[in-house]
Amino acid sequence: MYAFELVRPATLDEAVTALGAEEAQALGGGQTLIPTLKQRLAAPAKLVCLSGLAELKGVCIADDGAVCVGGATPHAVVAAEAAAHYPALAALAGNIGDPAVRNRGTIGGSLANNDPSACYPAAALGSGATIRTVNRDIAADDFFQGMFTTALEDGEIITEVRFPVPERAAYQKFEQPASRFALVGVFVAKYDDGVRVAVTGASEGGVFRWAEAEAALSGDFSAGAIAGLSLDADMMIGDLHGSPEYRAHLVKVLTGRAVTAAG
Amino acid sequence: MTRVTMTVNGKAVSGEVEGRTLLSQFLREGLGLTGTHIGCDTSQCGACVVHVNGQDVKSCTTFALECEGAEVRTIEGMANPDGSLSTIQQAFQDHHGLQCGFCTPGMVMTASALLAKNPTPSEAEIRHYLEGNICRCTGYHNIVKAILAASGQDVSHLGHGDAVAAE
Ligand SMILES: Cc1cc2nc3c(=O)[nH]c(=O)nc-3n(C[C@H](O)[C@H](O)[C@H](O)COP(=O)(O)OP(=O)(O)OC[C@H]3O[C@@H](n4cnc5c(N)ncnc54)[C@H](O)[C@@H]3O)c2cc1C
Ligand code: FES
Ligand code: FES
Repeated sequence: MYAFELVRPATLDEAVTALGAEEAQALGGGQTLIPTLKQRLAAPAKLVCLSGLAELKGVCIADDGAVCVGGATPHAVVAAEAAAHYPALAALAGNIGDPAVRNRGTIGGSLANNDPSACYPAAALGSGATIRTVNRDIAADDFFQGMFTTALEDGEIITEVRFPVPERAAYQKFEQPASRFALVGVFVAKYDDGVRVAVTGASEGGVFRWAEAEAALSGDFSAGAIAGLSLDADMMIGDLHGSPEYRAHLVKVLTGRAVTAAG
Repeated sequence: MTRVTMTVNGKAVSGEVEGRTLLSQFLREGLGLTGTHIGCDTSQCGACVVHVNGQDVKSCTTFALECEGAEVRTIEGMANPDGSLSTIQQAFQDHHGLQCGFCTPGMVMTASALLAKNPTPSEAEIRHYLEGNICRCTGYHNIVKAILAASGQDVSHLGHGDAVAAE
């Protein structure tokens, strides 16, 4: 790691000010950033710790019923506190990495990082969540802009993520056993006004919505409804863990399983 | 350099660290507590797991300064006050839950975090909870058996079964 200064602000305002400095970067749980720093793939002058900000932690329910997760809430807390309100979201959080990763890694860090194999982006996009930052609200449909790319500006802190709660939902993750990330993951959520299907781990463009499956499932919410569909392997990731064709196949299989699991 | 102060195994400690100093480095190099092992340094293996405010975390993936004011517990703090092994440690010994012992500090810290949350976990729950702890030697069966035994559950049915077959 290159040297940097680490600061621990006590309030969100102080964090925003600290992030205004040249080459300053937010530190969430560090479960992605610390390994990145060790590889010298990032070289911030200053890291601004969000873990001391109580105002960014925890799960609450908004007046409209949405589940609101503070931007610096660890995965383990979401797994426990969202379980009664949004079981599919809690189950997804409870299956990220391993217990030690879940005790530190945060939702804000996961969404800001937008790893093409990460789980939370699928939940946010699949739920049509709103990503709230210090200065604006961003719809999930506008937030994810390709692998490791988001609508966030430099130093913009995710303060909260609001998830409208669907009638039914489920996430199915086909684990890459070494990294424990999703080789492919599919989040399916059925709302009053239609079904959303978000796919992670598969596409060169990062998390995406599978529009054909959404249309088919909105008419008939059963695994059979997508039997005739197929995905173009051209846009899929190919690596030593799976070819593009394999990933395209997995997306369909996991979508069907998610529909069945959602019941 | 910045001064950091925390409680480690019940004792107040402090030292000068850089922003980039990892908790694992502070424990091992600053305090000489080398029971916390570094297996990978890439957040994968769990050998470095310690408790920070009661939570199991990878000390190679936590900065020392983030633990300002925290209660930290390492493998050196696991034995009973009279120096005898704690129940979990004793169970690892009794059930041959280690061979080379390199992963063991992380296994014990992770197991004790699990039992604090879930005092009688099933075998499947134990295996799921150990997902981030890699052991190069044992094949895991006896680690799982040791944790089942430490939780007071009967492991006699495992005596001549999987665990022995795997030894
Ligand atoms: C062994 C292992 C297994 C893992 N398995 C999975 C898995 O199965 N699925 C999965 O989805 N992830 C997995 N992860 C990644 C994990 O979920 C990380 O916690 C997460 O990706 C990053 O969150 P963090 O809080 O640790 O962020 P950090 O590492 O601290 O930061 C990551 C990035 O986000 C920025 N950032 C952090 N917080 C905020 C915020 N509130 N607002 C704006 N920007 C912010 C940082 O500046 C940095 O650029 C795994 C990680 C490890 C080490
Ligand atoms: S040394 Fe920390 S996880 Fe391997
Ligand atoms: S006992 Fe050798 S690595 Fe686990």
